Amino acid sequence: MPPELVRDVLAEERRIAEERRIAAGEAAESLAPRPSTASGELRALEAGLDRLQTAPAEREPWWRRAARGILPPIILLVVLLAVWQAYTVIAQPRPDLYPGPLDVLASVGSAWDTGRLQLAVGTSLERGIVGFLIAAAIGTPIGLLLAESRPLQRAFGPFVSGLQVLPSVAWVPAAIIWFGLSDATVYFVILMGAVPSIVNGLVAGVRQVPPQLRRVGRVLGANRAELAALVVLPAALPGYLAGLKQGWAFSWRSLMAAEIIATGGSIGFGLGALLDQGRQLADLSAVFVAILAILFIGILVELAVFAPLERALLRRRGLLPAGGAR
Amino acid sequence: MTVTAIRLAGVGKRFGGPRSPLVLDGIDLDVAEGEFVCLLGASGCGKSTLLNLVAGLEAPTTGSIEVPGDGAAVMFQESALMPWLTARRNVELALRLRGVPRPGRRGEAERLLELVNLADAAEQRPHELSGGMRQRVALARALAQDRTVLLMDEPFAALDAITRDLLHEELERVWRETGRTILFVTHNVHEAVRLAQRIVLLSSRPGRVAGEWRTDAPGLDAQSVAREITERLRKEIASNAA
Ligand SMILES: Nc1ncnc2c1ncn2[C@@H]1O[C@H](COP(=O)(O)OP(=O)(O)O)[C@@H](O)[C@H]1O
Ligand SMILES: [Mg+2]
Repeated sequence: MPPELVRDVLAEERRIAEERRIAAGEAAESLAPRPSTASGELRALEAGLDRLQTAPAEREPWWRRAARGILPPIILLVVLLAVWQAYTVIAQPRPDLYPGPLDVLASVGSAWDTGRLQLAVGTSLERGIVGFLIAAAIGTPIGLLLAESRPLQRAFGPFVSGLQVLPSVAWVPAAIIWFGLSDATVYFVILMGAVPSIVNGLVAGVRQVPPQLRRVGRVLGANRAELAALVVLPAALPGYLAGLKQGWAFSWRSLMAAEIIATGGSIGFGLGALLDQGRQLADLSAVFVAILAILFIGILVELAVFAPLERALLRRRGLLPAGGAR
Repeated sequence: MTVTAIRLAGVGKRFGGPRSPLVLDGIDLDVAEGEFVCLLGASGCGKSTLLNLVAGLEAPTTGSIEVPGDGAAVMFQESALMPWLTARRNVELALRLRGVPRPGRRGEAERLLELVNLADAAEQRPHELSGGMRQRVALARALAQDRTVLLMDEPFAALDAITRDLLHEELERVWRETGRTILFVTHNVHEAVRLAQRIVLLSSRPGRVAGEWRTDAPGLDAQSVAREITERLRKEIASNAA
């Protein structure tokens, strides 16, 4: 049934393609270019189609984007403060139990004047950042190792996930016994809190790399190292960044827990200590100052560091709607 | 007189142990240098499997496969471009992995993008390109590998008919200009007749060569060949109903 095969007919018959092109047309192909399309005409057609099928991405000016992101929470904050102040004025609760916004503001002023606030923020922020960087330096290679080795991943995966669930405060007593009241205790607790998140983020990021991209890498001739450096890691970057972001949140939380529990010794005066000091003096306004400072720094790092990084990363990959709204 | 670029002899493939179903069985296929062959078959008949075997992404269970020493370039149905790289950098990645030194990469990538009429889109990322443009970048990337053999796995299947037709023309032009050997997989009879010099029909379960047609003979009636192949393909598919 198959027609006879002519083995050696080659290139010179290619022009016959033109007849075929007319005859073989599908319905929609009647719209298609005539077979005799000159190369220049093909280019024009193609360029026209490209134009029709792509919409020029319109980018909002940065200030409008910023305004849209920053304005709503600020408005909400102002409203909340107003309600709080109104409550204090109208209901007149005991100021030592329910301080109003103005009392807290006064406390901020006095903590600032004595330099305690700056000292606490400086100490905590420095430790938080250093601890986070150490956690990233430890978590990244571990994550890579686990991501690339199935057996290791099976063995260690549950432990890493378990560590992520375990509140890192639980390590404080052990850390105090091992390291005393020193920076080592604080860093240890930060690491136990942040490393698992970073490891998990990286493993998840690598696992989500489309297999097709790896295959392309192999087809293009990448060896193992090139595949990891040029394909897998860049493709896993969003997951890795998400892990880092969560790692920072865990660092900051663990640091506060450690600072509140472990005070004195060679542990400096951080925000946790400021908080604890307020508690000992039964000065609720001072306690609120510390809480607000902790919250504020957490939000600031998220907004100033991770959010722009994440947005840039996702926009490059077309994973954000144009205009950058989130 | 013609030189063989790809030679498959008795190629069989199963995924898994000897009890798993035979996907491909006893495939014999020679593709001459510079030839354009379409591999035609119903969905799931093993076309992609066969292409992956030729690409070296999988090993055959039985039989032997000969490809040129430098291997083959591959283009997939999804463009599979790196989403974080611009069109130009995607092409440059292929050049880099081929071992082209850095200074020459940019110019070469721009030349290849020009070849697929995408010089203006060089600095755009895949998500900013239309499906047809992405496939042309993928074609430029495959050409950047500079291998004599180009394997294509339903590269235009996801495109609309107008775009697909333009890309047929584009591919034919590129083939003529670069003299590549092309093994093109499709389930579309019209596409096969439109592009190929020779069409190889695969049966399903297991995949065997069920027929071959030359479609470049002078004075050939393309429409009747297409009809004949379609009929044969339908018979193949219907035989699986029993
Ligand atoms: N990696 C795999 N493991 C197991 N079965 C597979 C694998 N790849 C393909 N198959 C099977 O081989 C058959 C042919 O698949 P494929 O080559 O993708 O078909 P086609 O490309 O012609 O649509 C299918 O039945 C599919 O389920
Ligand atoms: Mg397929």
